[in-house]
Amino acid sequence: MILAVCIKRVPDTNARPQVAPDGKSINPQGIEWVINPYDEFAIEEALRLKEKAGTGEVVGVSVDPDGNESILRKALAMGVDRGILVKGGSMFDGAVTAELLAGVLKNVKADLILFGKQAVDSDSYQVPSLVAHHLGLPRANVVTKLEIQGTKAVCRRQIEGNEELLELSTPCIVSCQKGLNEPRYPSLKGIMAAKKKPLEVLEAPPIEARIEILKMEPPPPRPPGRIVGKGREAVPELVRLLREEAKVI
Amino acid sequence: MNTELQAVDPFELTETQKMIRDTVRDFARETLAPRAQELDRKGDFPMQNFRDMAAMGLTGIPVPEAYGGAGADTLSFILAMEEIAKACGSTALTLAAHTSLGTMPIVQFGSEEQKRKYVPPNASGEVIGSYGLTEPQAGSDSGATRTAATRVSGGWRVQGTKMFMTNASVAGLFVITAVTNKDAPKHERISAFILERSFPGISIAKKEDKLGCRASDTCIVNFDDVFVPESNLLGQEGHGFSYFMQILDGGRIGIGAMALGLAEGGFERCVEYSKTRSAFGRPIGAHQAIAFKIADMAVQIQAARHLLYHAARLKDAGRPYKREASMAKLYASEMAMRVLREAIQVLGGYGYMTEYHIERMYRDAKLCEIGEGTSEIQRIVISRDLLGKL
Repeated sequence: MILAVCIKRVPDTNARPQVAPDGKSINPQGIEWVINPYDEFAIEEALRLKEKAGTGEVVGVSVDPDGNESILRKALAMGVDRGILVKGGSMFDGAVTAELLAGVLKNVKADLILFGKQAVDSDSYQVPSLVAHHLGLPRANVVTKLEIQGTKAVCRRQIEGNEELLELSTPCIVSCQKGLNEPRYPSLKGIMAAKKKPLEVLEAPPIEARIEILKMEPPPPRPPGRIVGKGREAVPELVRLLREEAKVI
Repeated sequence: MNTELQAVDPFELTETQKMIRDTVRDFARETLAPRAQELDRKGDFPMQNFRDMAAMGLTGIPVPEAYGGAGADTLSFILAMEEIAKACGSTALTLAAHTSLGTMPIVQFGSEEQKRKYVPPNASGEVIGSYGLTEPQAGSDSGATRTAATRVSGGWRVQGTKMFMTNASVAGLFVITAVTNKDAPKHERISAFILERSFPGISIAKKEDKLGCRASDTCIVNFDDVFVPESNLLGQEGHGFSYFMQILDGGRIGIGAMALGLAEGGFERCVEYSKTRSAFGRPIGAHQAIAFKIADMAVQIQAARHLLYHAARLKDAGRPYKREASMAKLYASEMAMRVLREAIQVLGGYGYMTEYHIERMYRDAKLCEIGEGTSEIQRIVISRDLLGKL
């Protein structure tokens, strides 16, 4: 069984990214880059499926404008067998990313392609579905339980107030949600072995950008809290504001 | 909360070293730190921490791959120790004793057969290692060892008592020193032995109660006529003193890293507090009295880190490092006491409370001025190395 895992490099979720002086990008200074947290569920799931099968290969694939290898190396340290890095694309143009990934995945011929359900920087949720479209494969998104039964992938996903059960025929695409598993830490042996594992770097073919970033700005500062009154008398007004203004009840 | 001190990396760590540091940092922060307070309060051995470290391969970091370890360098071990100590001093001490003292003597001086038999279970963490050197009448003067090994048919009989053996009550393997020829010159009297816990005659006389590192296991161990087969003499007869001097050189870098990590753990909390706590209408960090303390702490921490990483790199390069290891351990452990004392002061009343962790770190750090050679012994080692024997 060949399992492909698509991963993205994102700023550490504790980082507070600043807009760069050009007003169109993130200032990379002082940012620690990590594997997109949802992609870690995908990596862990692929490793577990391989371990359960007792055989197979896990291939990590990443598109990175800077050709930064760090997250693929970490994936290799966690146990992924080999990596393919596509140098090119952009951090925010999911359509380009999907096309580049599809181009690589076509040749990997994986039985199962795993993604995180979303990247925590661009939050566009589109890449798994777009890749499925390019490759003509079935896909299940936001999956919390996955089981391979022969040539079927049985997926469970949370829907409003209930759970949906999907059966996909392999090869297929699954995007992973928190709750699917608990990602492992890389072991020391894994880290030592990572530098010896193959990591292929490919130059991205030219693809027309679908998105142009015109401007980036930080979210507006949160307005300060407000005291609507004191004691019992304030309750009706508080309820009204919570309902009509904050829209939380 | 990352240490701003490490954001600018003047140490040119390799990608592998950085990945080890970052992985252990995440693990320590997420897994070890939340358990530290209760372990300290109860004084129970951190068995779950040890098992979790074993699962990650942290119980054999510098052990060669051929004997089941990760085969990483000394600096990687130091980086891991530092991160573990930031979260839990007791766990750091447990790992230091297991690795540097309980396992590395066999790696360094054992026969091929001994290495194959005893190192892999230690490296995988299946067996915990312990080291016995100190005795009731032989502390800093470890040459005054009285535990004796008498030659008998097929091996030795060991008789004596060892003090302050870290990990002893949970250990499956002991490396100890004993006098094998009391008439020989002082430095040729002693030999080292590998003892399995199951050898008849080994008993834990007492589990000690301590100021700090309270979850670390410290015991008095009796060896009552313990038969040790010939094949368990470590290295050559009469070389024990020389072996443990070399082992302590390496161990000292580990204890220095523990001190560094503890200081950093306190410092990080202190920085956070000085930004968020206000007094007289400003964050306390805006008052020079606090700001200068923070600056002084940062300088000392960074100085200790330079000394330690340098000593580790000398060892990795196969160059002499005895003096540098002693300097690093001496400075780092005394630095940790100063920095943590000031860190408590910055937090004031809160610093004195157990809830804020720093008082625990302060108690834990005191160990570093005593274990694996007191500060006074380090000054002897350094000055003798500089001046020669006058």
